[in-house]
Amino acid sequence: MRSGTVYTETVIWSAPEAFAADVPYQAAIVTLDGGGRVTARVLGDRVAIGDRVAEAEPRGDIPFFHKA
Amino acid sequence: MRPVAVVGVGKTAFGAFADRALRSLAVEAGEKCLRNAHASPAQVESFYLGNFAGPAFVGQNHLAPYVSTALGITGVPSTRIEAACASSGSAFFHAWTEVAAGVYDLVMVVGVEKMTSQPTARVSQILAEAGDCSGEMKVGSTFASLFAMIARRHMHEYGTKKEHLSMVAVKNHAAGALNPDAHMRKVITLEQAMKAKPIAEPLNLYDCSLVSDGAAAVLLAPLERAREFTARPVRVLGIAQCSDYVALDQKADITTFPAVRRASEQAYRMAGVSPRQIEFAELHDCFTIAEIVATEDLGFVEKGQGGPYAFAGCTALAGERPVNTSGGLKAKGHPVGATGVAQICDLVLQIRGEAGQRQIARHSLGLAENLGGSGATCVVTILGAV
Repeated sequence: MRSGTVYTETVIWSAPEAFAADVPYQAAIVTLDGGGRVTARVLGDRVAIGDRVAEAEPRGDIPFFHKA
Repeated sequence: MRPVAVVGVGKTAFGAFADRALRSLAVEAGEKCLRNAHASPAQVESFYLGNFAGPAFVGQNHLAPYVSTALGITGVPSTRIEAACASSGSAFFHAWTEVAAGVYDLVMVVGVEKMTSQPTARVSQILAEAGDCSGEMKVGSTFASLFAMIARRHMHEYGTKKEHLSMVAVKNHAAGALNPDAHMRKVITLEQAMKAKPIAEPLNLYDCSLVSDGAAAVLLAPLERAREFTARPVRVLGIAQCSDYVALDQKADITTFPAVRRASEQAYRMAGVSPRQIEFAELHDCFTIAEIVATEDLGFVEKGQGGPYAFAGCTALAGERPVNTSGGLKAKGHPVGATGVAQICDLVLQIRGEAGQRQIARHSLGLAENLGGSGATCVVTILGAV
């Protein structure tokens, strides 16, 4: 599984219709250790810029990361 | 290239108009513009429509001739341009190229969006389709969340504070309160702006522009023919459109918009002016952080200084360089496809001295910056008195 560092993040309170049931949820852009960045959902504890994160089991085609 | 002038402007009020259809808004703006230029529909040689998502918002496609024929403009090229929130800025750019190149003399541009017939969650979904739906958007991002992530990073790197963002909202509401056509004519306090309900942290309700209905129109002509239509032509001194990645996670640095930097450099060069000389501006404040970043990317201030610059009042109506004297997208409203042309209209009103209660003292050289998505399209236009 991929790992990396939080480049930026936000907690979303007003969602598109497909995600309305998930509110509030955190999204982050993760700088991957192997290079490049990915936009992902954050599971569990909230993360901040600079935090180390690791990828969880993917759900569908949505990448999920959690605090490492 | 020939010098080009704006010879007519027309706008609807911006707001939530349950009884108004997309076409009726577009026609109102277009007819006002033709009257303003003392021109007839038969004189228009080419027509552009800026519109982001008419098919999704109101279920109508093939929108350019749908609107132009209702204006009595028939037979001529009628072209819709879609570039997210920069749709009508891009339409204006392409209309300008036709006149500048000498292909046509009289070209009309209308921008329109009819958004309020859909519930908020559906509006968010439609707007989200201007992002990368194969990546950033499939995790549940909204445009507010993308700009929230920009704000977080800008705060981290430059010390930008929440009150800097909120001051942009306070300032634009103060200007919008003086604009009879603004969607929200309500003065707010810094405390109100700071404490509103969260949308995507650190952005709250007052950091976000409005979901609005509205339309705006301009008529372009070669400068040498401008006085056939108006006693007060306004010259297009510089203009450029530039592009960048659609997805935020593909950009090396999200605290700057390379498309804004490139477009403004090109527009400054064409106009032969420096950022310092720009007296006032209409900037794309879809979110408060976007106005702060724009003042940096346009060279009004050094990188990282946009927050303190706004907080000090430098961009207020009475400041050294007023930004968004119309109230901006924040208070005037943001009918997405109308915004680029509405910015041009607002510059023209100031340059002509027709801005009423919000008229500023130095108003001969203005700049408009129209941003699409999270920076994938940018159109920068510099207008000046003739």
